[in-house]
Amino acid sequence: MAKIILRRLLQLIPTLFVVVAFTFIATRLIPGDPVAAMVGDQYDVSKVEEMRASLGLDDPIIVQFWNYLVSICQGDFGTSYYFNQPAIDMIAQRLPNTLLISVIALIIAVIFGVVFGVVSARKQNSIVDYVLTVLSLFGVSAPVFWVGIMLVLLFSVTLGWLPSYGMGSIEKDGLIGFISHLVLPCFCLAIIPMGTFTRITRSSMIETLGSDSVRAMRARGVSEASITWKHALKNALPPIITVIAIQFAGCFAGAVLTENVFAWPGMGTMITSAIDNRDYSLIQATVLVVAIAFVVINLITDLLYMVINPKVAAEAKKGANNV
Amino acid sequence: MANEVNGQEANAGSAANPESEVLLDVKNLKTYFHLASGIARAVDGVSFTLSRGETLGVVGESGSGKSMMAKSLIRLFEANARIEEGSIKFQGRDVLSFGKKELRDYRGRDIGMIFQDPMTSLDPVFKVGQQMTENLRIHRNMSKAEAREVAIAALRSVNIPNPEARFNSYPFELSGGMCQRVIIAMALCCNAKVILADEPTTALDVTVQAQVLHLLKELQRTNDIGLMIITHNLGVVWDVCDRAMVMYAGKVVEAADVKSLYAKPMHPYTWGLLDSMPSLSSERKADLSTIPGTPPDLRLTGKACNFANRCPYAQDICSKEVPELVEVEPGHLVACHRQTLDTHLERAKGGK
Amino acid sequence: MFKEKSAAAATSGAEMEVVDGAITEAAKEAMIQKERKANSAWRKFIRNKSAVIGLIIVIVMLAIGIFAPFIAPFDPNATSITETYLEPGVNGHIFGTDDLGRDLFSRIVYGARMSIVVAIGSTVLGGVIGIILGLVAGFMGGIVDSIIMRVMDGLFAFPFILLSLLLVTILGSGVFNVILAIGIGNVPRFARVVRSKVIVAKNEEFCNVERVLGASNLRLMVLHILPSTVSEVVVYATLCVGGSIIAEAGLSFLGLGILIPTPSWGNILRGGQTCLAIAPHIATISGLFIFVAVIGFNLLGDGIRDVLDPKMKK
Repeated sequence: MAKIILRRLLQLIPTLFVVVAFTFIATRLIPGDPVAAMVGDQYDVSKVEEMRASLGLDDPIIVQFWNYLVSICQGDFGTSYYFNQPAIDMIAQRLPNTLLISVIALIIAVIFGVVFGVVSARKQNSIVDYVLTVLSLFGVSAPVFWVGIMLVLLFSVTLGWLPSYGMGSIEKDGLIGFISHLVLPCFCLAIIPMGTFTRITRSSMIETLGSDSVRAMRARGVSEASITWKHALKNALPPIITVIAIQFAGCFAGAVLTENVFAWPGMGTMITSAIDNRDYSLIQATVLVVAIAFVVINLITDLLYMVINPKVAAEAKKGANNV
Repeated sequence: MANEVNGQEANAGSAANPESEVLLDVKNLKTYFHLASGIARAVDGVSFTLSRGETLGVVGESGSGKSMMAKSLIRLFEANARIEEGSIKFQGRDVLSFGKKELRDYRGRDIGMIFQDPMTSLDPVFKVGQQMTENLRIHRNMSKAEAREVAIAALRSVNIPNPEARFNSYPFELSGGMCQRVIIAMALCCNAKVILADEPTTALDVTVQAQVLHLLKELQRTNDIGLMIITHNLGVVWDVCDRAMVMYAGKVVEAADVKSLYAKPMHPYTWGLLDSMPSLSSERKADLSTIPGTPPDLRLTGKACNFANRCPYAQDICSKEVPELVEVEPGHLVACHRQTLDTHLERAKGGK
Repeated sequence: MFKEKSAAAATSGAEMEVVDGAITEAAKEAMIQKERKANSAWRKFIRNKSAVIGLIIVIVMLAIGIFAPFIAPFDPNATSITETYLEPGVNGHIFGTDDLGRDLFSRIVYGARMSIVVAIGSTVLGGVIGIILGLVAGFMGGIVDSIIMRVMDGLFAFPFILLSLLLVTILGSGVFNVILAIGIGNVPRFARVVRSKVIVAKNEEFCNVERVLGASNLRLMVLHILPSTVSEVVVYATLCVGGSIIAEAGLSFLGLGILIPTPSWGNILRGGQTCLAIAPHIATISGLFIFVAVIGFNLLGDGIRDVLDPKMKK
């Protein structure tokens, strides 16, 4: 197992290199002088020159890239010009908030999506299946930000049940207040992945429920409940697990928009305000951190895959030994 | 015109030994597929009995309805198939009236089914032992520890080396032959009284085929169960069966005990089958004849002799009326217009 | 003996048809014909209700975009201080008016044009680049393949919206830049889809024959390998248009994509959010159009996939 993990980690290196290179090039391509943006309108030329030199912006591009790589490896993701704080510290403040709604949304989506998908597959071509299929299509097609606005319109503006923006703190608003602030953003964020999970689970379950091994189990008198929820579901899991990773990434990305709808103090609102402020190093750092997180999530999924499907693990082991 | 022959005469085989207990009693079973383009008569009026200690072979080409017949016996088939007529009795109990719970108990506890491809008959993501113990807990109400012991004993009884280790194996870690043994062990440890084996050796290596077949036969003797082997291979029937039914297009065309079937086959289709066997028609090894044409479309059968268009002996009546299954000689039943109590057809010599 | 008889049966085929009840060749033939007809691609598509609904939605949306000047009753940018925040139906404004008294219906009609142009433009851009990269990577293999695909993996590691966001920030707003930003985000998937198909097609026999006959690499790629990727590319492109509509709307919603006063569904929705309490119809209707358009493309894409290859899921 350790061997497999090591091999997968080595495979990550080129991907991460491209990610870093891309963010580096992208930020270098930004029109206008970042230093000028940083110093503001009333700068004097000598100060700009001084700053350029101190930031290493006069070095050849390759040297700059090398320095950038080295500093990232040391955990230095640059400094926010606008807030004059290390970018990584700002990310560290905001990341937990984004993770909070992403993870909750993902849990809601997985639970409901898988249950809906299984029910849909079991009752294939019934009215229940039809309704769930249409709903899941709505789910995957819905623009999150619009869903968010509609939720606000219904639950905040019209009904007045839930707060429409911001994050509650447990000390100030109490647990109820804290949770009530969470409801709308999490639910909004859960809609797309819920639709996806329903669809994937349905098609995967239909396939496994029609398989020879399920037929053989029926012939052995195994109960339908055990066949559905134990055997068929476990067989149907691999595609669902893959999608969990993609959807987690999706939640994280969807958070950029959702957070802006609900003024949630996470990475999403941070990056949009960084864009407004032309705070390039903060943008760069945020994008980089999110991309690295993505790569890591993918790695974790692959490993989870092996736990779920013993055959994949056996093949991977064989492959690792052959290398 | 449906097959009107019911009762004793229609039974494509009454028990060889009348004293032994009849386990399965099937009468005039009809299972049809309801397709968009019509009704396919997959099983079209099959009757037979299976007794304790008996081995019944069911022979036919693919598409002859033999697998569907076996699946009908445990009422496990595709959503668009339905049993239209007939009765299935297991030890006198009416299988067709079983509710969900009774059906589950019947499958596995009373009848064990062995499918063609052993590799896909086991759940790939659970260990062999987990699957065996699950069945034992369902059918024999055992504790985990008890079930484990019984399962390992069953694995040993089917000659699986090192059963304790195999108990913790995943199916993909076993060979096809091993998997088939596991499945047989599964059926045995739940004390199934009847085992239906649907092409149990077709997917296996030639060298393993005979082993598995003889294992089945041996276990059938020691446990005194009823065994039904479905195959397209007459050699298998000759090897291990007591009685045999030949099926064609959903109907039984000939049934007899194995010895008389080989000594004096009567239906032209059976002749064709025997001719197409390389090992038995030993004197004509080089010239292996096959039956020309293909089995009829099951959506169009049921109004004439289904074999008429491929039969070299066909006459006018053959494409007009359905032949009845008649006991031409004691214990030997044939469904052929030209092979009845009154008329007798000689098999053309040489065939060329 | 059987062979002789079968020959005889064939000659007496006409006779057999007359025989009532026997299996006639004509009956068989009729059945095969019926089945073949029922299985033709177009019939399959027509029978697939949701695909047809998708197609209708897509056609309607395209028509709205193309004929915007004829459909829109008002100038989408004409403001009126006396007619702000009108409710739908008042004074001939079908969908009401916005904060500056502009006719919402006309803005949405022109917004459709913008959204569809951006979505299709970015899909085509991403598709063309992706197909070329996928073809080259799959066909050349080796180091070229590794380099291209590692770059694609790297791009793929960025969340779609974040990548577009970053690119739009770099490039600046405006129609072409938005198309470019979303288009680049679309590249990696196309490249992956095409590459995997190419690798399969490359190893097939007919390619080897062509190579022996002296076909050039370019000829091989364009004439023989490319066509084999068509069905997957069409399916993916259709779904991609839906995704791109959302991406454009999302960027514009954040104030980064298409900037006001040029109407796009995203920036109308953005305007609607700020006056949600006074004029909820603005956000509701503009979002609904995005939603329906995306559903249309998704249904159409799923439908085409089901027709072309039922097994091609995910």
